[in-house]
Amino acid sequence: MLGTLTLLLLCQLAGELAARLLHLPVPGPVLGMLLLFAGLLLRGGVPAAVQETAGGLLRHLSLLFVPAGVGVMVHVTRLETEALPIIVALFGSTLFGIAVTAKLMAFLLSRTDPRLEEDPAAGKAVAGKQAEGDRA
Amino acid sequence: MSDDLHQIWVYLSANPLAGLTLTLVAYQCGLWLFEKLGRRPVLNPVLIAVVLIAGVLSLSGIDYRTYFDGAQFVHFLLGPATVALAVPLYNQFQEVRRSALALVVALLVGSTASALSAVALVWAFGGSAVTILSMAPKSVTSPIAMGVSEQIGGLPSLTAVFVIITGIVAASLGTWVLNLVRVKDWRARGFGMGVAAHGIGTARALQVNEVAGAFAGLGMGLNGLATALLLPTLYHLIWG
Repeated sequence: MLGTLTLLLLCQLAGELAARLLHLPVPGPVLGMLLLFAGLLLRGGVPAAVQETAGGLLRHLSLLFVPAGVGVMVHVTRLETEALPIIVALFGSTLFGIAVTAKLMAFLLSRTDPRLEEDPAAGKAVAGKQAEGDRA
Repeated sequence: MSDDLHQIWVYLSANPLAGLTLTLVAYQCGLWLFEKLGRRPVLNPVLIAVVLIAGVLSLSGIDYRTYFDGAQFVHFLLGPATVALAVPLYNQFQEVRRSALALVVALLVGSTASALSAVALVWAFGGSAVTILSMAPKSVTSPIAMGVSEQIGGLPSLTAVFVIITGIVAASLGTWVLNLVRVKDWRARGFGMGVAAHGIGTARALQVNEVAGAFAGLGMGLNGLATALLLPTLYHLIWG
C-alpha cells in the first residue's frame, strides 16, 4: 500500500513538473495518469499491490469531492439570486451531455466494432462482457 | 466547566482534526443512509455528506475556510486518485483500443454538447456573465475545471461548486437518463458518465460495472484534456 501510494505521488509530481516546465494546459494529475498507464503498458501487467491500493482509493472516489462540495456555502447569495438559470443549466446540460455522449458512442460502436472474434482470447472476453451489458 | 468547554471549542475550531473527522463521519452517514434506504441513486452519499457538513458548519458558526483547513487532506487525495485511474484503464485496454474511433468522436461531440448547452441555458434564463463563464467547464474534474474557469474569467470556486453539483445530478439521474435513451452497452454508458460528469460520474459507474467504470475514467481523463485545450481557445475565438 505504501509503495503504491508513493508510486501514485511520484507520477503526479512528475506530471505537475512536466506541465509547468513544458507550459502544457493539461493538469498534472492527468499527465500522471498517462505516465502510470505508459508504465503499466511497458511492464505488461498490474502488480497485485498496485491493483489493490488503486482499487481501494477509487472505491471511495466520491468522498474526495465532499470538501469542495461544501464550498456551496460560500456562494449561497449568488446561487439564490440566479437559482433558475443555474438549476436549469446544471440539470439540463448534464443529462443532455450524458445522453448525447452515450447514444452517439453506442451508435458508433455498433457500426465500427462488429464484435467479431479476430483475436480469439480478446474476442471471447469482449463477447462475454457484451452479453452482460445487453442483459442489464 | 464552561471554561473547559470553551477551551475545547477553541482547540477544535483551530485544529484540522475536526474538519477532517467531520468530513469522514458525514460521508459514512451518507453511505449508511444510501445502503439503508435501498441504494437509490437519488440519495447520493456526496449530496448527503455536503448537506450534513454545511448544516453543522452553519449551526456552529464555523466558516468554510476553517473547515477546509482540515478537509484539504481529503481534497488532496483527488490528485493521486486521478493518477490511479490508469489502473482500471489498463485493465480494459483491449476494449479501449477496439473502440478508439468511436471514443474520439463521441468525446468531441459530447464535450461540446455539455459545455455549449450549459452556457446556452444559463444565458437563456438570464444568468450573469460570470455565472456563464464559471459554468462552461463544469463537466470536467475540479482541478482542471477551476484552472480553465480562471483562464476565461469565471470564478474558480463557483466553478468547483458547479462541478460537484453536476456530478451529483449525474450520479442521481444518470442511470435513469441512460435507460430513457435506451443505451445498453456498458462502454457507452460509462463513457457518457465520465465525459459529462467527471469523477463523481466515474465513481457511480465503478459502483455499477467494471467496464463502465474503466470507460468512465477514460472519458473523464479525455474530456479533461479536451476541455483544457479547447475551451480557452474557443473562448478567445468568440470573445476575442
